[in-house]
Amino acid sequence: MLQLNQVFLTFNEGTMDEKKALQDVHLDLKRGDFLTIIGSNGAGKSTLMNIISGSLVPDTGNVLIDGSPVTHLQEYKRAQLIGRVFQDPMAGTAPSMTIEENLAMAWSRNKKRGLKPGVSKKRKELFKEHLESLNLGLEDRLTAKVGLLSGGERQALSLLMATFTEPKILLLDEHTAALDPSRAELITSLTAEIVDKFQLTTLMVTHNMQQALDLGNRLIMMDKGQIIFDVDETEKQNLTIEKLLNEFQRIRGEKMASDKAVLG
Amino acid sequence: MFISIFGAFESGIIYALMALGVYLSFRVLDFPDLTVDGSFVTGAATAAILIMNGQSPFVATIAAVIAGFLAGCITGILHTKGKINPLLSGILMMIALYSINLRIMGQSNIPLLGKTTIFTSITSAWENANLSAPFNSVVSALGIPGTPKTWAILFFSLIITLIIKFITDYFLKTEMGLAIRATGDNEKMIRSFSANTDILIIIGLGISNAFVALSGAMIAQHGGFADVGMGIGMIIIGLASVIIGEALFGTKTIARTTLAVIGGAVIYRIVVSLALRVDFLETGDMKLITAVIVIAALVTPKILDSQRERRRRLRKKAEVELAALEEGEKRNAAT
Ligand SMILES: Nc1ncnc2c1ncn2[C@@H]1O[C@H](COP(=O)(O)OP(=O)(O)OP(=O)(O)O)[C@@H](O)[C@H]1O
Ligand SMILES: [Mg+2]
Repeated sequence: MLQLNQVFLTFNEGTMDEKKALQDVHLDLKRGDFLTIIGSNGAGKSTLMNIISGSLVPDTGNVLIDGSPVTHLQEYKRAQLIGRVFQDPMAGTAPSMTIEENLAMAWSRNKKRGLKPGVSKKRKELFKEHLESLNLGLEDRLTAKVGLLSGGERQALSLLMATFTEPKILLLDEHTAALDPSRAELITSLTAEIVDKFQLTTLMVTHNMQQALDLGNRLIMMDKGQIIFDVDETEKQNLTIEKLLNEFQRIRGEKMASDKAVLG
Repeated sequence: MFISIFGAFESGIIYALMALGVYLSFRVLDFPDLTVDGSFVTGAATAAILIMNGQSPFVATIAAVIAGFLAGCITGILHTKGKINPLLSGILMMIALYSINLRIMGQSNIPLLGKTTIFTSITSAWENANLSAPFNSVVSALGIPGTPKTWAILFFSLIITLIIKFITDYFLKTEMGLAIRATGDNEKMIRSFSANTDILIIIGLGISNAFVALSGAMIAQHGGFADVGMGIGMIIIGLASVIIGEALFGTKTIARTTLAVIGGAVIYRIVVSLALRVDFLETGDMKLITAVIVIAALVTPKILDSQRERRRRLRKKAEVELAALEEGEKRNAAT
């Protein structure tokens, strides 16, 4: 479904600010896989998401979706296949437009945008049904400007907009990080529900280890631009935060030791 | 007095088309497009030269619209493909258009007096049917001195402007229109929903300048000439109309806002014509008057807001003090 081969990306190569953001990243997801991604700040998680979405182009290596290479396919074209929710609740919606207009734009993701009215009667009904599944009462506020919604409501809407056209891949980059704990909880459970409902192939970045363990069937840990730990479905079931941290320390230690060995 | 306000109303309705174009670029696309000064003249020049060479005025006007559309598209291409900043793209196009407009016209001024324009045929049909008479009798019945030559131009322009307004309202609610609005609102978001924002910006600016050129073509036919300098400061007039209209009539919905923009264009014209009646002001002061009107339109709402806020705070303070006083009295009474 989604494949990354030997992806390298360096920012500001050859300058003082050189940053190896991704180094030899391999990834292979099957249809319906739900991958959670953890790792410290600057590990390259967002960069990985941006490579998949097409916001960034790797220096070398390639990205394949359903077996066909998309490495150099422009972001907006790739977006037909990929739904995204950003960390910033402001980022995923158009604030000065109404809820129904936002949904209409999302609904056109994989269709040609023509001169038909964006919000038809039929679509309104459909949007209402989908909004009802969020249980936030948004179905009664179709004509409210999205800028008036709270962060949590907006993020729920973004999630719906990113998913209800059933994209091949869903990218979630710390999409609950800007919310208070109870709202974050709500969005997390909505995420699990929606991903399950549409059987979406999903990648989710989170700093919440418990969340990373609870959700999904695969987990990777990133550090300094590399995937240092890759857990499959069966291993993941009996993983705990403690084991995860220990594993991190162990790998880090090994790595440091090997770095030392190389450096003499 | 009535005649000059009538004239201002008439031309205001035509300039409103230009203002709608400015609304599309500045407000909807959030793109400060200065192409307008040039594309207005491009519209006037294209229509004028075609009419002078004996083309039908309707064909000439449509050609003007197409020319304006192309000019806007080029500004869009400069910005999206050439990665030039919006302001600079517009200025570059405006400068380039100055020369292009001269080329189109072949001279710096084309008189259209005595030529058949979109207005002449309609006016003669209208007057033959004697349709102005009822309006004139209403005006005289109200005791207003002076009657305009014809009402045909006013009504014809009003119909054109309203048609364009309704088309705009409809368009901004279509799938493509929604995507164009979102491009101005949150470009990253709409791109993540697979919209080609480059194309949308190019199309949006094309439509915007098509409206501007239509306005220019009609103003040339209305005024009886096209001049290479007639677009100077047009962008400010357009902005003034948008700002005045939005401030006075509100922006609750799109239909309301486009109506407000038309209203703003008319009011701007009326204010200018009234200002020009003041003795010490002359035609050369137009641009200065425009600048003052825009500044007033920008600053007044803010001043009103802060005054309202200050009054609210004072009231709040008084309430709190009163409550404290009453509290104190109650305590005194108790002891
Ligand atoms: N556009 C850029 N130009 C230069 N350096 C960048 C750019 N984007 C990211 N980086 C650098 O690349 C590294 C990886 O960044 P990235 O945003 O992928 O980290 P992350 O794992 O998402 O971290 P966080 O948990 O803080 O979001 C960081 O050191 C960052 O400073
Ligand atoms: Mg990040």
